[in-house]
Amino acid sequence: MAGLSINNVTKAFGETKALDDVSIDVADGEFLAVLGPSGCGKTTLLRMIAGFETVTGGNIRIGDREVSSAEANTPPEKRRVGIVFQNYALWPHMTVSENIGYALKVARVSKTEREERVGNALALVNMEQYGDRRPANLSGGQRQRVALARCLVAEPRLVLFDEPLANLDVHLRASMEDEFADFHKRTGTTILYITHDQAEAMALADRIAVMDHGRLMQLATPRELYHEPANEMVASFISQGMVLPADVETEEADGQCRVRVLGQELVVRCRKGEKPRKDARICCRASQIESVGASQPGFEGTITRAVYRGGSARVEFEPAVASHLGLHFDQLDPVSFEAGQRARLAITSGWLIPADGAA
Amino acid sequence: MTAIRKERQGQDMALTAGIVALIVVFSLLPMVRLLQEIILPGGRFSLDIIRLGLIDETTWRATWNTLVVGLGGTLFALVLGVAVAILVSMSNVRQRQAFVLCFVTPLMIAPQVTALAWLQLFGPSSPLLNMLGMAPPLGTRNPLYSPEGIVFLLGIQYAPLVFLIVRAGMRKLPRELVEAAQSSGAGWVRVLGTIILPLMTPSIVGAAALTFVSCVGNFGIPAFLGIPANYLVLPTLIYQRLAGGGPAVLSEVAFLSVLIGVIAMIGIVMQDRIASRRDFRITSTSLPAAPYQLGVWRLPVEFGMWALIALILVLPLVGLILTSLVRGYGVTLTAETATLENYYFVIFQHAAASRAFLNSLYLSAGASIFAVFVAIPLGYVIAWGNKRWIKALNLAIELPYALPGVVLAIASLLLFLKPMPITGIQIYNTVWIILYAYLARFLILAVRPTITGYFQLDRALEEAARVAGAGLFMRMRTIIFPLIAPAAIAGGLLIFMTALCELTVSALLWSSGSETIGVVIFSFEQGGDSKYAAAVSAIMVATTFLLMLLASLFANKLPDGVLPWRD
Ligand SMILES: Nc1ncnc2c1ncn2[C@@H]1O[C@H](COP(=O)(O)OP(=O)(O)O)[C@@H](O)[C@H]1O
Ligand SMILES: [Mg+2]
Repeated sequence: MAGLSINNVTKAFGETKALDDVSIDVADGEFLAVLGPSGCGKTTLLRMIAGFETVTGGNIRIGDREVSSAEANTPPEKRRVGIVFQNYALWPHMTVSENIGYALKVARVSKTEREERVGNALALVNMEQYGDRRPANLSGGQRQRVALARCLVAEPRLVLFDEPLANLDVHLRASMEDEFADFHKRTGTTILYITHDQAEAMALADRIAVMDHGRLMQLATPRELYHEPANEMVASFISQGMVLPADVETEEADGQCRVRVLGQELVVRCRKGEKPRKDARICCRASQIESVGASQPGFEGTITRAVYRGGSARVEFEPAVASHLGLHFDQLDPVSFEAGQRARLAITSGWLIPADGAA
Repeated sequence: MTAIRKERQGQDMALTAGIVALIVVFSLLPMVRLLQEIILPGGRFSLDIIRLGLIDETTWRATWNTLVVGLGGTLFALVLGVAVAILVSMSNVRQRQAFVLCFVTPLMIAPQVTALAWLQLFGPSSPLLNMLGMAPPLGTRNPLYSPEGIVFLLGIQYAPLVFLIVRAGMRKLPRELVEAAQSSGAGWVRVLGTIILPLMTPSIVGAAALTFVSCVGNFGIPAFLGIPANYLVLPTLIYQRLAGGGPAVLSEVAFLSVLIGVIAMIGIVMQDRIASRRDFRITSTSLPAAPYQLGVWRLPVEFGMWALIALILVLPLVGLILTSLVRGYGVTLTAETATLENYYFVIFQHAAASRAFLNSLYLSAGASIFAVFVAIPLGYVIAWGNKRWIKALNLAIELPYALPGVVLAIASLLLFLKPMPITGIQIYNTVWIILYAYLARFLILAVRPTITGYFQLDRALEEAARVAGAGLFMRMRTIIFPLIAPAAIAGGLLIFMTALCELTVSALLWSSGSETIGVVIFSFEQGGDSKYAAAVSAIMVATTFLLMLLASLFANKLPDGVLPWRD
């Protein structure tokens, strides 16, 4: 087992930069998810860690060894990382046991030891009785488990997952998610897990690296990402946060400050050392908006849509002072709002997005 | 750490070096040698050979003839091939699979066998016409001994080639394009003329170029049909010169073979120009268009299609088999006079013929096995490699096959006429020079399906082996070879079938003791022993059918489109 450190890594494909100055440190035994929209460079990052792509700038270290830099590149077969590919990449001409034992055969492990370790790996993923099957005769979930066992058997220093659940149906996804979490707990392997599904990342990871357009946006725990996004991209990407313009009116005190949003004054959480400033942004969640009476602080606007979702409705709203800003919140039963109706809302709390945007 | 890197680079370097050596030996060397012969004879620059070649009147006549039969054959093959492709792809005719199999089969049969079969069908000694009492009187000239005959047979031989290419193009035609035209009110004829055919331009032009090159380089058909009529094309002129003059005329025929090469190249370049003039790219992918309902015409059309099969496949084969059963010249074939003696004679009694069966067997087995083992690493570098210059060298492997066989044969002669330097080994006048030429010429037939195979294979399978710690050679052996072998072997089988009856190259390179089956058929026919030629040919056709059957047995393990006769 070993940690992974990615330092100022840049990757250019011709003119375009697929990755731009990305730095991530993964601690020994940590489960880190890389999350971002499709095309943001997640797979490229993974392939560089595995050694399939060279870096254009910066370097990558696994444990205490530098494996990638602009000058030198350790080939994938010498890195001792395991990969679980999105489409499993099981060799169709080998049985399940042969697939799993391949790395050991390459390393010239004796036959008896090999059989034992393959047996253990099969047991680890609950596939003991499937050793003699061919991959073609397995279900999607079983293939996934074989792929997992195959990458574990060689005791890699680091396991990489590239969207491993993207090809599975919803039910299987949930149960595999549990299995991955369970597996990480049991083995303590360092894991880098790539996904575009934030629920998956939140459920599994110790920390999440959010990426966009080849840049690292924020690297933090799931809670921190949700409650204290470092910039607008993270704020709006995670759980559909709303980003609203605000003026900061007081200095930070006790992690809070007073802001004016859409004409309403309120207290939001913020970083240490925030000073009053104009043109700031806050992030607030659907749960932090409520409808209020005419005399209470708040702002007027029009309901544009109300979609009933069983037990509650998702209500969309346009503030009168800034009709381009679409807000949304949930109203519990009995649902009374309808499209076209006027309403008065108030924001109850929120998070002041830091000015520098840095993670 | 550095040691590890060295070891890996070692394997990479070995692979690269091997491939470069291969391309140099089998492609660049013969071509360079050929060019040297005509512009740097004896090491000094001189244009004498070109000048002498150009003032020779026979050169011009043969060039003219080559162009006539080349263009004529191409045109005929195009009309036939495109028409059949449209019927099969765009209409609701039945029994497509079987029809395609039958229609493509002539491509699998060697041209000289086709020529022989057709010759047996017409002419005064035709057993079939005699049985029907329709034979022309003895002494009448066979109508196929003419330029028209050559064009006709070239057309039949290569129409399947056109068909395969155009059919592949039509399969990719998205149905929306056809349906959009239909809903704009266009009838089928109009859709065909304004949408389908224009969109098929790249396929049709590509097919035309390939067919033209094949027709221009074809030796078997003009040799069987043209030499008796003294109608010479460049390949047959080269053959006659070389047969008459031996190595002394090598420079002269080197010029002629470069001339064929140039004509072939012009065809390829013209195709490139036409294809790049407009953008024909089809961007969307979807289901193929709904077939046109022929309605009451379906039965007549189907009848016509099978009549075509009867004409181009069944009749000539029947003619061939009947001839192989005839006792002697002028003896009318009846149930009583039919005999298997001819088969017995060619297999057991005729020394050169029985030798030739073995020679051709060894040669084609050698060429196909070599090609399979070379195609896998070569395809790996071309399909999955990241070195640009190796991709450029891919063109170099195409060259010995793209250019007519005569060109390579003459180049091999020039290369090996003298003993090889350093070793002093002499392969001229042995079977080894034929093997060399076969390896060079047919390698690409295995490389192409292998590359197709690589493109259909998920690269993650190899990457998974890399992260498991396997080095290049280990991955080749345990992962890549087992997965890609079926495609490469299918290619090897194509090579085997092509090489088994090959004539163009071996006609120029054979010597006593190193006869090939193609040469034996040719010699029998030239010596007037059509019945023996027919017997050998019939055996070869049967072998071809067997091999096709064999390949079809493991067809479901192959990438799509590797076996040409499978629709
Ligand atoms: N081999 C390559 N050559 C050129 N561009 C590439 C290559 N691989 C990836 N890219 C580009 O890099 C960007 C990031 O791709 P990728 O890492 O696959 O994204 P993700 O996995 O996050 O969806 C994309 O814009 C993609 O087009
Ligand atoms: Mg990806």
